[in-house]
Amino acid sequence: MVSSLGSAAVPPPGEGDHVRGDGPLAVLYLDLACPRCAGSWGRISALPLRLCVRHFPVASKRPRSPALHHAAEAVAAQSEPAFWDFWDSLLGDRAYVDDPHLWERVRAMGLDLERFQADRRSESVIARVDRDFRSGIRAGVTGTPAGFAGTNPLGPDLEAGLEELCLRGERA
Amino acid sequence: MIEPGIPAPGFRLHDHAGNEVALEDFSGRRLVIAFYPLDFSAVCTDQLSIYQEVLGEIEARDATLVGISVDSAACHAAFREKLGLTFPLLADFHPKGEVCAAYGAYLDDWGHSNRSLVLVERDGTVAWSFAAPTPLEIPGANLIFDALDGA
Repeated sequence: MVSSLGSAAVPPPGEGDHVRGDGPLAVLYLDLACPRCAGSWGRISALPLRLCVRHFPVASKRPRSPALHHAAEAVAAQSEPAFWDFWDSLLGDRAYVDDPHLWERVRAMGLDLERFQADRRSESVIARVDRDFRSGIRAGVTGTPAGFAGTNPLGPDLEAGLEELCLRGERA
Repeated sequence: MIEPGIPAPGFRLHDHAGNEVALEDFSGRRLVIAFYPLDFSAVCTDQLSIYQEVLGEIEARDATLVGISVDSAACHAAFREKLGLTFPLLADFHPKGEVCAAYGAYLDDWGHSNRSLVLVERDGTVAWSFAAPTPLEIPGANLIFDALDGA
């Protein structure tokens, strides 16, 4: 029996999710190899929001995506603050995403490189990334970046939607 | 848009490789048709990439996915290669949009189809159809699974 990919609301942040910041909640589905995600990340991450980021690698279009998401999750297995540094760094510097660049980041953050290399190919890391991808599909994500205000989908102009969410939060 | 319960209109179109493909080639298997506006436009690119990611799960439900637009077979071949798509793209190129129109998916004012999904059951009957309200909105893959799983 195959597990469902039918419609379901976007799950609220739960165990194992990556959440940062304070303010109204936004759940984002991002692809670490997506130029549009990278282009808007600097502005999005500076907004006064509680951001939950989820993995949405579109492998057919961007073959490097799954490896980057698995790497980010392998970093998280060692340190959640390091996960965020790694995430910011990948989206901030898309030219340096080959394996040696990843190893350099892992070493610079003082993490265990050998463990990172094992973890990024582990079943639990692969399942963790897949969990996010499937919840995105079920919530109707059709491209990246995609975002939800709580469980409500934000429009194609994600930055505008998130800014509006901040303003609503201030008024509330 | 074509309604469930009626026989799917027949077609004979060239695929990305120039082979003729007909509706009856799929009989005995379920067929998901994704009508989309145009190859290489930004929004279409996202739509088919997402469907590609879940293709294995569609096939696991005894279904075949094909994409249909008014682009030519040669254009489809280039688009497929660019996106790494492995499912067939059919060219409703000449007479332009005839099959799209037969399924109620053609937009006369735009000169291409809308974004529609159709599920044809094993017996050739339309089981489900969905048309996006505007060409800018992409029907999520979740809708395909709702239809295939009879939700």
